[in-house]
Amino acid sequence: MKFMENFKKGTPLLILALLMICPFVFSSPYLLHIFILIFIWSYVTTVWSYMGRFGIISLGHGAFFGIGVYTTALLFNLYNVSPWLGMLAGGLAAATIAVILGYSCFKFGVIGHYFAIATLVLAEIITLVIIALRDTLETGGKLGLTVRSLGTSPLFFQFENKLIFYYLTLALLGLALLIWKKIDDSKVQRALKAVGEDEEAALSLGIDVVKYKTTMFAVSAFMTALGGTAYIQFTMFADPTTCTGVGLSLGIVFKAIIGGMFTLWGPTIGSALIVVLEEYTRLALGSAFVSYSQIIYGLLIIILIRFLPGGLYGTFSDLFRQKRKREVQVLLSGRQAADPYK
Amino acid sequence: MLELSNVTKNFGGLCVLKRVSFTLGEGEFVGLIGPNGSGKTTLFNIIAGSLHPDGGKVTFSGRDITGFPPNKICRLGIARTFQIPRPIKTMSVVENVMLGIFFGRKNSTDASRSSREVRQEAFEYLNLTGLQVDEWTMPHELTAAALRRLELARALATKPQLLLVDEFMSGLNASEVLEASAILKRIRREKKITIIWIEHVMESLMNLVERVIVLNYGELIAEGKPAEISKDKRVIEVYLGEDL
Repeated sequence: MKFMENFKKGTPLLILALLMICPFVFSSPYLLHIFILIFIWSYVTTVWSYMGRFGIISLGHGAFFGIGVYTTALLFNLYNVSPWLGMLAGGLAAATIAVILGYSCFKFGVIGHYFAIATLVLAEIITLVIIALRDTLETGGKLGLTVRSLGTSPLFFQFENKLIFYYLTLALLGLALLIWKKIDDSKVQRALKAVGEDEEAALSLGIDVVKYKTTMFAVSAFMTALGGTAYIQFTMFADPTTCTGVGLSLGIVFKAIIGGMFTLWGPTIGSALIVVLEEYTRLALGSAFVSYSQIIYGLLIIILIRFLPGGLYGTFSDLFRQKRKREVQVLLSGRQAADPYK
Repeated sequence: MLELSNVTKNFGGLCVLKRVSFTLGEGEFVGLIGPNGSGKTTLFNIIAGSLHPDGGKVTFSGRDITGFPPNKICRLGIARTFQIPRPIKTMSVVENVMLGIFFGRKNSTDASRSSREVRQEAFEYLNLTGLQVDEWTMPHELTAAALRRLELARALATKPQLLLVDEFMSGLNASEVLEASAILKRIRREKKITIIWIEHVMESLMNLVERVIVLNYGELIAEGKPAEISKDKRVIEVYLGEDL
């Protein structure tokens, strides 16, 4: 038992250590590239799940990602502002929009599906704005924009060496997971759990529903925008279809659903799976079936929602926990097992 | 401590509350009765902030609280239970009560308190309402009577000055009703708070409360000591029909 506990505590550290050494074992730049993509999308999916797991479903995170991407890139291209500052600016811009949208929605009872639609509209608006500003702000419209290259310049967040991005994005993902843990240990987690299930009961117990939801939305938006900055500095190219909009928003949500948004590692597992799947279908099937991966992706989601609503990781870790908890319970009370979904 | 003046509420064209006024003194135990659909729960919803009145004023401890959101009213010291218990089903019974301790009180100094301490306190409230559970008991394992006790414990955990109890005894069997009476008595004795209680089990209500308010079709038709109310002609008409 003691061993199991230590093992469980040590696992994240072990995984981290393995990932740290990884680049020295497989030095192929292609693999590094895939890992970096996995880290970025895991990060974004994890911060999306900060809200998602409490039933606040946003279909507008593509917008926040896009705000991160374009704020950073435009500030640098037009005004030569360091992307490190651009990162902050993008984050703040995303958080501001989240506060305005979130507060007005939550205050007037726009929740559940209606909130999802409101955020979906936001995703579309941001895309249209980026396209509309093609010439005035040199966003490049649908053709996309390229970040001026300076070679390697740490001050300007540009590195030719992928290894640096590998560790940077790994650190970002680590941060997101750490904050998840912090939320779990705080009052916020209790408040949002109650709100997610029964808003009226939560209100009657003095929980400031609007405040907690808006705050979590803002935090999630801010962090998503940071992910956008990391992405653009890595790829140096952005266009509205891959960096913002409804498609991207849905991509984030699907990754979370597939992995399981209610568990710490679920979003990461889901993202890793999807990135690898997309990459594999692209390589195996070539350009003849460009959107083939999307079909597999769609089928996978239908199957998962029908049979494993807790997601892949979520379902299996629940099974494990259920078994252990039942043992403990019978031991202590001799009663029938309680609901495992605590 | 609580004063309602001319509180009016319409649902569309239906007038649910018509200029209802009454005052409540510190430490009073008041019963609120009336036939189904007479507006009792709506009145609770208005006091607790879940609904906003179309006219009139609600004053609590000298402060106009009309139109305040429920969470703010809870923190000011008015707690409520729901007619149909609304536990947070994904949390254990104790954790449900802990919510009240964490969020419902005037000063949220509780943030610094350890979970263990708060859990201990939550168990005290559960004991007060006579609910025997362990740390892992989930709400769906509870009986109807026990769920009502959980509602009560959770409301009490917010340390209210005024407690709104919406049907504590409906659906309980005879022995459970007796227990429920004893629990309410005990809470009155130990916590010394003001209580308004909606109930259809007349016998228990009349034995426990100090004053009764009667609503019919959204109008306050009688108010007085239980003994007076049970002899009041209009009240008997409302409950038993006019031509008796």
